[in-house]
Parts: sequence; structure tokens; C-alpha cells
Amino acid sequence: MSDTSIRQQVIQRDASHSLKASPKRASRWRLDLVGWGFILPLLVVYTIFLLWPILLGLRMSLFNWSLVGSGTNEFLGFGNYAEALRDPDFWSSLWNTIVVTVISTPILVVLSLVLSLMVNSVTGRMQWIYRLAFFAPYTLSVTVMALIWSWMFEPGFGLLNGALTSLGLPSVNWLTQPGVAMLSIVLVTIWWTLGFNFLLYLAGLQQISKDVYEASALDGAGWWNRVRYITIPLLNKQTLLIVVLQVIASLQLFGQTYLLTSGGPNFSTRPVIEYIYDSGFTNFRAG
Amino acid sequence: MATQSATIARSHEATRATNANQGRRISKGAVYIILTIMAMLWIIPLLWAVDTAFKPETETTTIPVSWIPTHFTPQAFQEVLQAGDLPRWYLNSILTSVVITVLTIFLASMAAFAFSRIPFHGRNAAFWLVLAGIMVPAPILIIPLFTVIQSFGIVNSYWGIILPQIAVSVAVFIFKQFFDGLPHELEEAAIMDGASRWRVYWQIWMPLSQPAIAAVAVFAFVASWNNFVWPFIAVTSTEMMTLPVGLATVQTSYGIHYAQIMATAVLGGLPTLIAFLFFQRQIVQGFAGSGLKE
Repeated sequence: MSDTSIRQQVIQRDASHSLKASPKRASRWRLDLVGWGFILPLLVVYTIFLLWPILLGLRMSLFNWSLVGSGTNEFLGFGNYAEALRDPDFWSSLWNTIVVTVISTPILVVLSLVLSLMVNSVTGRMQWIYRLAFFAPYTLSVTVMALIWSWMFEPGFGLLNGALTSLGLPSVNWLTQPGVAMLSIVLVTIWWTLGFNFLLYLAGLQQISKDVYEASALDGAGWWNRVRYITIPLLNKQTLLIVVLQVIASLQLFGQTYLLTSGGPNFSTRPVIEYIYDSGFTNFRAG
Repeated sequence: MATQSATIARSHEATRATNANQGRRISKGAVYIILTIMAMLWIIPLLWAVDTAFKPETETTTIPVSWIPTHFTPQAFQEVLQAGDLPRWYLNSILTSVVITVLTIFLASMAAFAFSRIPFHGRNAAFWLVLAGIMVPAPILIIPLFTVIQSFGIVNSYWGIILPQIAVSVAVFIFKQFFDGLPHELEEAAIMDGASRWRVYWQIWMPLSQPAIAAVAVFAFVASWNNFVWPFIAVTSTEMMTLPVGLATVQTSYGIHYAQIMATAVLGGLPTLIAFLFFQRQIVQGFAGSGLKE
């Protein structure tokens, strides 16, 4: 009897407390050893391939550093930063990234929520088909996606202009016209990445207990009120995660633009400047 | 906290209940119509790619654009498979992705086990250090990372592709969330019986963690399979290229042979699409379980 009550106490406390409850277990330093032993493999990889490069990058940003041969590794202090800040290309590329992020994030969040709500209300085989349709593009690598869309956008024989001309509309230079190219990138990004948000929302929706809906239905809440006051608040965690991931992903935008509009960097020769290459990756020099 | 299987069972009930609740016929019809239109928009580019791949080269550039080719031919596929390095790229992609996935699962689950279950000094500090990795934008690291693998002499090698892709904080986070939800009794009993922490991890925790392992495996595999930027930097020769990197080169080398380009795209996209078809259930559960539960 007393045994079980002790057991329960142990369970209720967190791990470090349970240790005090049984001091005859391994001594403190032994636990330290085992604990660090378990995380050591990860820490080694993490340090070499993440922490060390971060420090290296910070150091490089202060020097006139070249990847090929022996560049003039002179100390520049914050000269690189000043240079980048004066460079209009840096600002315009930053602006492009921000524009894409600001346009695509709300669309991707709202559209995926709406679609997941609708798909969740559909049953059986059809749900499976819709789920597949919306998620399928996400499984493609950026290169495959870019190959398909550069063909879709092809000015002469692509499907989009084909559709426009058959409707009697003028064709559009999807990837070479400055303003349009940006919209094309947003369009493609939505098509490609919506599936991820969609599936996160769908998974979240399917975890919401039916009791909640039954109770609210008994209280006379309509469909919209249920969505507004129950579903959306219960999906808060998903929304937060999606928005954060979305903003991070949008700010890292690279593959789409590099492959579709080839506003690309040339890093083998470029002197390394902490955020010049960041801006190089998000560069949009369309055409 | 409920166990994983109970959560899944509940989620199925919940689906059915929600369906039953939203019963109105007309709105249901409207939902189907809207969904079908949207699904078509999402599917058409894929169908178009497949369609083009089966056309003879001369028919890809006809005006007006047509869906139905006069000759259905797998010729483009044959040419691509014979001429290109595609089989080699497949091999490279499979090899690197599998190794990355396996190593990620081991390193991340071991660390998460310690973070979740072993009270050692500096645990919180180490955990936050690892979690902070989520915030680091990958592009900033690419050039310093390249100099790191340069100094190890593993540029243009499998290890050069693999190692930098392992340190994934998200995997640690997913495992930690899952381990935190497991009941303490099992472990307490095992330790009282004199089992080592390693045995607890290996013989009790890992077999119980299949949902988390599945989730991490899917994410890690798809991420590394589709990773373009890193292999693009780390590889310098054609025969070491992974699929996404190799595919990026075909557009220029094939000129305007759209049937061949689309055949390559179809072959490149097929593996992950098939993987999704087979593992759809695990992926959806992985999404549901990826640290999002109450």
C-alpha cells in the first residue's frame, strides 16, 4: 500500500526530484556522465556543423575573405557591413524577400486553413483524394517543381499562355517581366508549399474531440460560430507553428528564384560577406 | 497524458463526429465543388508534366497547346535513362538520404532521451543550445560550412553531403515531446531491477517510440531527399550529384527538349510521391504528433 503511494509521488514529481527520493541509485556524477554520454554524439555533430560555422561566418564577415586561393585576408572591421548597407542591390533584394513573405504568408495560412476545414468535412475516399492532391506538390523537390513550372510558364508553348490565348487573352511573360515575375514566384510558392500547412491543420482538426462540437451544437451554435469560437482557437498552436515556419521559409527563399528566374548568386568567387550572400540568395534580378 | 494510440483512436472518432455535425446537404455540395476545382488547379501542373513526357518531342511545341498527343510514346523516358546520369543520381540520393535519416534518428533520440529522462548538470542549458539551432537560417551558414568540410577534406564526398545535414534540432524536439509524454512507471521499474540507462533507452523507450520514429524518419528523409542547396554546394562532379542537383543541370544540357525535361522531372518526383502514397497514414500521424498535442 505504502509502496504504491510512494510510486505515485515519484511519478508526479519531475525526474530530478525522483532522484532525491531514491538516493541509493547512481550517484550524481554518474548521472552527469551518462547524461552527457547520451547527448555527446549529437553535440559533436552539432558543434562542428552548426556552432563552429556560425562563429566562422561572423569572423569572415569582418575580413576581406576569399574562398578561392589566398584572398587578401585583411581585417576590415565592419567595412563589409557598411559596404552592404550602401549597396542598393542589398536593399532591393531584402525588399523583394519581404514582399514575397508579406504576400505569401497570409494567403498560405488562410487558404490552407479553409481547405483543411473543407477536406475535414468530407468523408472516406474523397478525403483521401483531396488530401493527396493538395499535398502531392510538397513532396517534390524544388528542382522538379522548377522544371515543371518553367514549362508551365513557357511563353510560347506553356500551358498557362496556351490557356490565355484560347480564351482570346494576350499572353504574359510570366518569368521575365519584372512585376509579373514576382507574382509568378508567389504563385508557385503557394502551389508548392501549401500542402505542408494544409496537412498540419488537418492533423490538428482531427484531434479535436467530438464532445466539444456536440456540446456547442446543443447550445445552438451554428457552423460559423463553431468554427470561429471553437475550431480556430483550438488550432492556435498549429497556426503559431505554421506562421513561424512560413516566415522562416519565406525569408530563406532561394531555390525557386534561383532556378526559375536565375537571379542567382555565384558564390565560388564571391568574397564572403555575412549578409551579401544572404541577399544574393534572395536576389530577384528577373531578366 | 493519453498514450499515442489512444490519441489516434480518438482522432478517428473526432473525424466522424465532425462529419456528422456538418450535415447540411447544399453546403456539402458546394464544398465538394470548390474542393474539386481547387484540387484540379493543384493537380493540373503535375498531369501536364506527365502528359508532356509521353509526347514525341515534335508535339511539345505545337500551337494551340493540346493535351492529347497523336502518338503516345515512352521514348523520352528511354532517352533520358540511357543518356543521362539519372540512375547514378538516384543511387546517390538514396544512399545519402538513408544514412542521414538513420543517423538523425539515433543521435536525436539519444539526446532527447537524456534531455527528457536523465537529470544531469547542464541539461537545460544544453537543451536550449540545441533548440536554438531551429532559429538559425540555413543560408547564412552555407559558406562557412563549406570551409568546414573543406578543412576536413570531404568536399565532393558522401560524408560531405551527409554530415552537415544531421544536426537537426527539430528531430530532438519531436522526440523530447514524445518521451515527455510516456509514463514514468516503466522506467522506474526497470531501473529498480538494475537495468542501465542504455538498456532502458534501447529496449524500452525505442520500441515504444515508433510513432515518433516514423515522424522523424519521414521528415528527415524527405528533407534530405529534396535538399537542393547543400548538395549543390558540396558536390563538384556530376557523378556525385544527388537527384535535385542533377536535375537542375538537365534543363540547360537538353536545350528545348521539353518531353525529355518533363520525363526527367517525372522520374525525379516519383519516388517521394510514391513514398507519400505508401506512408500517408504515418505522415499524417507524424504531423499530429509532432509536438503539437496538448
